[in-house]
Order: sequence, then structure tokens, then C-alpha cells
Amino acid sequence: MTSIGTGYDLTNSVFSPDGRNFQVEYAVKAVENGGTSIGIRCKDGVVLAVEKVISSKLLKPGANKRIATIDRHMGAVSSGLVPDGRHFVSRARDEASSWRKVYKTPITTADLASRMGGYLQAYTLYSSVRPFGITAIVGGWDSELELPVDGQVGSGPSIGAGGKVEGKKYGGPGLYMIEPSGLYWGYYGAATGKGRQTAKAELEKLDLAAGKLSLEDGVKEAARIIYVAHADNKDKEFELEMTWISNLDGPTKGRHEEVPKEILEEAERLAKKALEGDDDEEETKEDDKPAEEDKMEE
Amino acid sequence: MEFGTSGMLNEDGIHVDMDRLKKGEVNLGTSIMAINFKDGVILGADSRTTTGAYIANRVTDKLTQVHDTIWCCRSGSAADTQAVADIVHYQLGMYDIQNGRRPTTQTAAAMFQELCYENKDRLSAGLIIAGWDERHGGQVYSIPLGGSLHKQSYAIGGSGSTYIYGYCDANWKEGMDEEEAVNFVKGALQEAIKWDGSSGGVIRMVVLTKKGANRHLYLPDTQYSVRHQ
Amino acid sequence: MNHLPQAWGRPRDDVYGAYDSSYLQSHGPNQHTQQPIVTGTSVIALKFQDGVVIAADNLASYGSLARFTDVKRLRKFAGTSVVGFGGDVSDMQYLDRLLNSLDIEEAYSSSGHSLNAKNLHTYLSKVFYKRRSDFNPLWNQVLVVGLDDDKKPFLASADLLGTTFSAPSLATGFGAHLAQPLLRKVAPDEETASKLSKEQALAAVKESMKVLFYRDARSLDKYSIAIITADGIDLKEDEKLENQSWAFADQIRGYGTQVN
Repeated sequence: MTSIGTGYDLTNSVFSPDGRNFQVEYAVKAVENGGTSIGIRCKDGVVLAVEKVISSKLLKPGANKRIATIDRHMGAVSSGLVPDGRHFVSRARDEASSWRKVYKTPITTADLASRMGGYLQAYTLYSSVRPFGITAIVGGWDSELELPVDGQVGSGPSIGAGGKVEGKKYGGPGLYMIEPSGLYWGYYGAATGKGRQTAKAELEKLDLAAGKLSLEDGVKEAARIIYVAHADNKDKEFELEMTWISNLDGPTKGRHEEVPKEILEEAERLAKKALEGDDDEEETKEDDKPAEEDKMEE
Repeated sequence: MEFGTSGMLNEDGIHVDMDRLKKGEVNLGTSIMAINFKDGVILGADSRTTTGAYIANRVTDKLTQVHDTIWCCRSGSAADTQAVADIVHYQLGMYDIQNGRRPTTQTAAAMFQELCYENKDRLSAGLIIAGWDERHGGQVYSIPLGGSLHKQSYAIGGSGSTYIYGYCDANWKEGMDEEEAVNFVKGALQEAIKWDGSSGGVIRMVVLTKKGANRHLYLPDTQYSVRHQ
Repeated sequence: MNHLPQAWGRPRDDVYGAYDSSYLQSHGPNQHTQQPIVTGTSVIALKFQDGVVIAADNLASYGSLARFTDVKRLRKFAGTSVVGFGGDVSDMQYLDRLLNSLDIEEAYSSSGHSLNAKNLHTYLSKVFYKRRSDFNPLWNQVLVVGLDDDKKPFLASADLLGTTFSAPSLATGFGAHLAQPLLRKVAPDEETASKLSKEQALAAVKESMKVLFYRDARSLDKYSIAIITADGIDLKEDEKLENQSWAFADQIRGYGTQVN
């Protein structure tokens, strides 16, 4: 931290001579101390998961949720300063509902990410504010069907509209990660917080770009990855919180919901098992991987 | 030069009767319609604008573009519907720029509805929104006086439409090809023009497909048989 | 000559006198001239032993013109309730969006509690009352059906004035005159209603819809019907009236003494 004492790190609206905004970089530090959050974009849905480090034995298990619903089809999780995360969620909800008011249709995940990216970026510009001490992961499912206008009546031609361009797909899963600088990208798998390096390494092994992973398996992987990422932080107890959004035919019917208790517990059981058997199974796992990849290319 | 204070037309030919101008509202006592067909949508309208029984404009264009392939048919007060269309035109332009993609017909319909519903006390506007986009194909929405929104396979509106409910219901077919569809619109508007004193003049159409917007014009002195545009 | 840009294109004050802007100002109380424009007619509903049946036709009228014949006036909310709307269609759409936004806000907290029909009815009646107190009413009469806090069948009405009412059977608009007596015969009180079978309730409601079609000049023979029980909502939106009685018309000759 050579910057300390130079004075360029004291406020937002001042660059350092080599073009850095130290306040933003400090905000990133706050994120790096937070419990791990991840998101996985599966072929038929999105999973969000967070490692909730238990800061007191007096906290009620299962209470104090960290993953929030933004709109029916969208959720967000963040690592870093929890209150900043709450403010992020509050703003995201306002954006989503104002979008609905104006356009009478749900906001897409991409548009929400764009709006929130813009919002966070504004907090890097002024000396009167500090940047958000969080990195947020936003996941959603944009309807693959034709979109009605909210509240409309009538249904148009019984044979469907004419002149559609065939063979194009619309909607689907969306996953974005928004950083304190306001930077945001879309991801197949996203991780942030203390265990992000481990989690990213695990996510990369899943070959998510191929779009083969099912939501059902995604939930198991997400649980496992949070457990693996927690291994570096073993001295502290944690609680796993997970939500998901499936496609319209799936278990949540396009809504953002908590993963049901039974499925969550099963995923946790498998995660613990995978962790125990990690040492002896590591070798065989490495061998299996390439074979699977070959299969996918056929 | 001396001007009187009566406000009557004077030597300069500019100063007109203020009382009359203030009172008479320019009305689109109209026949408008929009239909779905195989490749998209067709909008159609007559061209008569009246103030009372006087035809203020006999070649009006009531088909108004609010985005590349989203158009509307206007009926009711000319001033109100132009104002509303101008606002939506602006909003859709901004939507395109800000979000980096074209608005859908639904977006336009939602914006029109908001304006018509929230200002229902002040507006007299009956609108039909029709548009084409890649994802949804052609779509037709109707927004009648109160500001409700109705998705339809075809929509008719304006004073002349009351005369052609029977014609349209009897002759409507879903999935018509372009020629059939143009003839359906033309046939319906011809009847509306024939029976409604507040409708008349030429028939204008706009065909909206993936190829974009294509205008048609048919004139009364050739029994609307020749396409002029 | 006035050179100020504000005066360009305006009648000259020296010729016409100052512009009389009095007609632009509103004198007296704030007015929202309102009347329903595109309207739906009756909604009827009847409680039975484990739920409620509700029905409304698919017509939106424009005066006497049967303008839109595919308007679904039974609307589902929060996966628990159905609201049947009579009156202005644009206000129905407004309320539809309002209730949906309420449902979205409700899902923010993951308490697992979702709004039931009783909650919705309370909320709606307050919205109606607020708007009529602003002299800007939402021109609807609605029936809210579903379950109450004790998972018992719930049926109540609310209208543009904020008036609320609850009974084993309810009907709005023309239905209040024509269908209500028929439904009351089937379920005169809560106790009788709580013993009605689903089939009995369905039959009574369908019969009432038929009578309404015979005698309400703003009605249609295509209708929507929903059955709400603890198991969920069974909503059908493309029903057609069956077993109508018209054939007796052949017995009718002239209007008095005529026999041929």
C-alpha cells in the first residue's frame, strides 16, 4: 500500500498521478473480506449461493437472508458490506418497478445490470460519497415467450402473429456481476468474496459455456463450490443460502425463489461428501474430465 | 393600416375570426384500421379531416410513424392525437438510443396507453397501434377512448368503423397473403367512406413487414383501383 | 409591435386586446369528469363447501356496441385469488397492474406468506375509497374470491365508492338484479352454502349466466369461469353457454289475439 500517506487515497473525486481511484480499490478490499457469493448460469435456470459466515451464536439459523428478490424473475446476492448490499437491492427493486411502470413489462437481467452499473459508477465520481463496498451478482430468467403488455386484454390472431423471423431464440438465463467501480460483465459463472479464487477455479471446471449443465446439477455444484471455497476459512462456521430461477417449465416457473429445504439439504450432503472424498478422488476426477469434454464435442 | 378589433379577416389576409378559430376543434371523424396478415401488419385510413361539416383537409395522412416499423392510426382530435404521437415518437427514439435495441410494438402500446389513460379527462384520442418486430412479428393494439389496451387480430376505429363491423367480421380471414390483406383493408375502407359522411378522400395504407414500411395510395376517382404509391 | 419572442405568432394585443386566458383556468372545485367508456357487465360468484365459483362474460362494450369479445375479466392474483371486474376496462387494467406490483413487493420478504383473497379485498376497497374521496373514482365493481386467513372460502365485493359487502353469493351490475335471486335460492345463508357441492354451485352459476345472457343487453354467450379451492385456481376463459332455451319461440304468434 504505497499509496498510503500520499493523499490521493483520501477522496473519491481525485485521481492518483498514475490514474487510479484508490477509494474504489479500497472498496474492493471490503469485498474481498466478505463471505463468498457465487452465481451459475445453467441451461434451464440460474443459481445464486452465498456463504454466510456466522458472526454470532445468537443469530437465528435461516433468518437474516442475504439473497434478495429484485423482481419476480430476478435475484441478487453480494459480498462485502452487508448494508451496502441492502441499499443495492433497494435501488435495484426501484429500477425494476419503475421499468415496469414505464414499459409495462419486466426488466431484463441485462438492462437491470446496466442500470445498476450506472448507479454504482456514479458513486465513484463525487467527493461527498464513497463507492459501494460490495460486488453484486444478479441472476434472472428473461421469459422466452412472447411478452404481453402488463394488464393487456385480448389475444390477437388465433394462429399467432404473422411475419416472425424464425429460428431465433429470445430470453433465457442471465447472470451479471457488478463491481464497486460500476464495471459489470455477463458471466457463465460468477464468484466474489473471500473464496472467489477457489470458487472461480471450480466454476471453470464446469465448462459452463457449453450450456449443458442443468439447473438441478447447478444447485449441487453451487453448494459444493461454496463448501470448497469455505475450506480456506475453516475456523469459522457458516450457513449456506441458495436461491434459483428456473425456466417457465421448471420448478420455479420463471420466478426467483429459495431453493426448497429438501433440495438444499441434499445438495449440502453431497457437498460435504465430495469434500471428504476430495483427497483420494482428485486423481480420478482429473482423468474423467477430458473424456467428458470429448463426449460434448461429438 | 388600421385594423379593427373585431378580429374579422382584414386586408392583410392574416387576421382571421378569432372566435371561430378558438371554438371549432379540428376533428378526425375518421375511418381507420390495422390488420395482421401472413408477413406482418397493414394499417389503413381515409384522408378526411373535418371541422363540423367543413372538410378542413381532404388529403390528410392519419398514418403516423412512431418508430421504424411501429406506426399508429389516429382518430379523434387531430391536435390531441398528434401531440400524443409526437411524445411516443420521442420516447421510442430515446428507448432505442438508451437501450441499444429497437422497441417492440408492446413498448409503443404501453407508452400510448399510459398517456391516454392518465390523461383521459383531457384527451379525445382513439388510436390503433400496429407494428412489426423480429421476435413478435406483426401486432395490432387498439386504445379506445378511456385508455384501455386491447390486443386484436385486426382493429377498426373512428366514426366510419361503425358501418363496417359486419363487413369486417364476414370477410376476415387469419393468415391472408399481402394481396388479399390489402384488398380486405381497401374493401372495408371503401364501405366506411361510402356510408360515413365524416370519412372520405383517398385511401392510404402502410404495409409493415421485415422488409420495412411500404406505403400504398388509392384515389377515389379511379374507384380506388389503381395503386398510386 | 411587440418584438418579444413570446409574442410571436400570437394575436396582437393592440388589435384584439389582451388574450383572455380565463377559459384556461379552472374555476371552482377540481373536476375529473369521469364516466366509464369501455365497460364489462356483471360478475357473479357463489360459495360452496370447499371454495368459491365465479363467472363473468368475455365482452367489453362501447356504449351499446359489442366492441371487444375476447376480454378476460376474471384475473388471477398472487396464485391464491381471483378478482372479477365489472365496469371500466381501463381501470381494470390499472388495478391489474397495481395488484401485481403489490404481489411483487410482497415477494421481497421470503416469509412464505402470500396475499390471500381477504387481504386483496381489504387493499382494493381502500384504493377504491381513496380514489372516490379524491373525486376521481376507479369505475369498477369487483368481486374478490379465494380463501381467508382460516383457509375458509372467501367472497366479497368492493365498488367505485369504496363500499364493501360480503355474502354467500354476490353479483354485480345487472347480475345483482337477475342472478342474485337465483343464487340466493341455492344458498340463502352461509350454512347452506357450506354444504353445497362443487357441482351444485357450478350448475347454479352457469344457469345464472344463461339468464343474464337472455336478459342483459350488454352480455355475451362466451364467458370465463373459475373455481377457487385450497387446491388452487381452476380458471377457464373460453366457455360457451350451453343448453339455451329458444325453441319455445315457435309457440309465439303476434302479440295478442293473432293465431297464425
